[in-house]
Amino acid sequence: MNHAYFILAVLAYSISLALYLGFLNTGKKPAGPAATLFLGLGILGHYFALLERSRGLHTVPYHDLYGSLSLFGWLLALTYLGLELVHRERSVGAFVVAIVLAVFLASHLAPPDRLSPPAAHGPIFALHVVLSILAYAAFALSFVLSLIYLGEERLLRSRRLGNVVWRLPPLDLLERMSRSSVLIGLFSIAGGTALGFIWVDRLHGQFWYYDPKYVITLLVLALYAVYFFAARTAAWRGARASKLCIFNFVIVVLSFTVVNLYLSQSHRYF
Amino acid sequence: MEIVLVGLNHRTAPLEVRERLSFTADQARRAADELRARGLLEETLVLSTCNRSEVYGVPPEAIHECAPGLSSFLSEFHAVKHDLLSVSLYHHYDQHAVRHLFRVAAGLDSMMLGEAEILGQVREAYKFAQEHRATGPVLNRLFQGALEVGKRVRSETELGTRPMSVASAGVKLAERIFGKLKERTALVLGAGSVSELVVSQLRDRGIARLLVMNRSVERAASLAKQFGGTVVPWGSWDEALLAPDVVVSSVAAEEPVLRRPALERVMSARGNRALFLMDLGVPRNIEAAASELYNVYVYNLDDLSDIVQQNRSARESEIPRAELIIDEHVGKFLSWQASVDLVGLVASLRERVHKERSEFLHERLNDMQHLRAEDRERLQNIVGDLLERLLIEPAQQIRGERELRRKIQNVEALRDLFLNAKDKP
Repeated sequence: MNHAYFILAVLAYSISLALYLGFLNTGKKPAGPAATLFLGLGILGHYFALLERSRGLHTVPYHDLYGSLSLFGWLLALTYLGLELVHRERSVGAFVVAIVLAVFLASHLAPPDRLSPPAAHGPIFALHVVLSILAYAAFALSFVLSLIYLGEERLLRSRRLGNVVWRLPPLDLLERMSRSSVLIGLFSIAGGTALGFIWVDRLHGQFWYYDPKYVITLLVLALYAVYFFAARTAAWRGARASKLCIFNFVIVVLSFTVVNLYLSQSHRYF
Repeated sequence: MEIVLVGLNHRTAPLEVRERLSFTADQARRAADELRARGLLEETLVLSTCNRSEVYGVPPEAIHECAPGLSSFLSEFHAVKHDLLSVSLYHHYDQHAVRHLFRVAAGLDSMMLGEAEILGQVREAYKFAQEHRATGPVLNRLFQGALEVGKRVRSETELGTRPMSVASAGVKLAERIFGKLKERTALVLGAGSVSELVVSQLRDRGIARLLVMNRSVERAASLAKQFGGTVVPWGSWDEALLAPDVVVSSVAAEEPVLRRPALERVMSARGNRALFLMDLGVPRNIEAAASELYNVYVYNLDDLSDIVQQNRSARESEIPRAELIIDEHVGKFLSWQASVDLVGLVASLRERVHKERSEFLHERLNDMQHLRAEDRERLQNIVGDLLERLLIEPAQQIRGERELRRKIQNVEALRDLFLNAKDKP
């Protein structure tokens, strides 16, 4: 691990967070683009930190909590940056970059797990891991957006409008951003799962064997597909869709923690 | 006591009380007529907006404490218990009433500091009262001063150059839900001045489609034509509420025009697509229970006060400058009152009389060359004494007139009759 990249990423993320907070608080325009620029720098530093580690392992960093968390944080930042550029909305940045920074720092505090050496290699496996963690990142982003939606919706309904409400994105935009994020997650989890089956098939000569991770991943896929289509229907449009999105993410967290650590044989950290 | 004001506003009374004390145009006229018929006031002006109901007046000389009588009148006129009103009503006399009105016209007493609508509403109320001959010299002067204050505050301070209103606050709130309004549809219920202001704001924010619904189709058509909208038949709620994202209601109605069951039906028909309802009517046009419906956001005038407070702090720094303008105009009004005490009038009259006497005698005595110089001088003094007795002495007697209104009328009559335009203040 090259500490220079780590320090660069931490500094850039921290400055970006401060600028996003300033933008959220004051709405002054120069802070917004500067925040995005520093987020980009943070993502770059973070990438090189991950690359260094991957070169050492000869695979994507998936086999310990550090690598998995760090990759999750990087993909979360990247997904958010993409959404920000597509939807031209920066006010969510303060919330997301705070999580990215926390995850990045936590990943360095986590002790390396030496009991599970990297066994799997190759591009299909690497893509399987990256797409799966990208899905988690995208779902985490939609979770954050849904929480903001519900908070803002609650404030608007209660007519208690503070200063922050005026800086947050409109409800309609939050809903669209959340759907975009879930769409990224759905494609990623579908692609990642398919690649996982292919990799298993190549390894064992059969694509299916029982692993609770398979079941919960397919459940997550189904739940988010339901969210994606339900969010446009009369019954679920609005706050109910956001609540469903939050519930779905609870299942994702369950998959990432309980299932990975205690039930799955081959998916400990992704 | 020469000017009296009795009223309530958003600070002293909740919406429920303000609703009950609001005046329609017809009620304002009837109230003014009754107040004068009962001898409570000689000049009357009713200012009734969404946030205030105020009666300005000039009482007869004989009445020294007319606020209790006016309070009782308001209670009786609107059939509201006096106990309920007494905690909400305020009353001001003379220069305090003048200052209050000037602050109202400047937007300093508004729910939204510096709002633009109030000046138009003061102008409308004044015009309405004038048309019905309810005002006289005192209220005419007072309200002309108020309109001038309003204009100056808006043009000379930040309160004026960046006007904010209940309408624009509501539109911004709609943007919190829908984002940019460029692909949205708005339905406006009512075609009065408040509706016009909201429509103007919506157009400024780029609303894509505008529907106008009003009991009077002609007024709806006029508003729709002015802003490029479409007229929708009054009462066709199920059809009219399918398309819009934003509904703005400012209808003069004693009962809500939009009730929960109708909105429930409509929301089901529109697939629970979010609906933002801005209720600017007093009494409220939209049933309060409608706000409990899923994806329905209802904001009435009191709800908008939160936004008002946010803007207020940003604008408060301009208050001292606005107060200076108000001070100046209160001073002018008081000076005008003082001028009624004939400070300048007698001097102007005397000057005019001496000038006319000299010119008149000079012209007529040209034909009387036989008169000696001392005879001419004597004649001049005799004519001067006559004019003094006929004109100046009666003018000076006006000074003793206790009733301001009559005093003003007499002074203005003297000025109109005997002074040239350039001599008038």
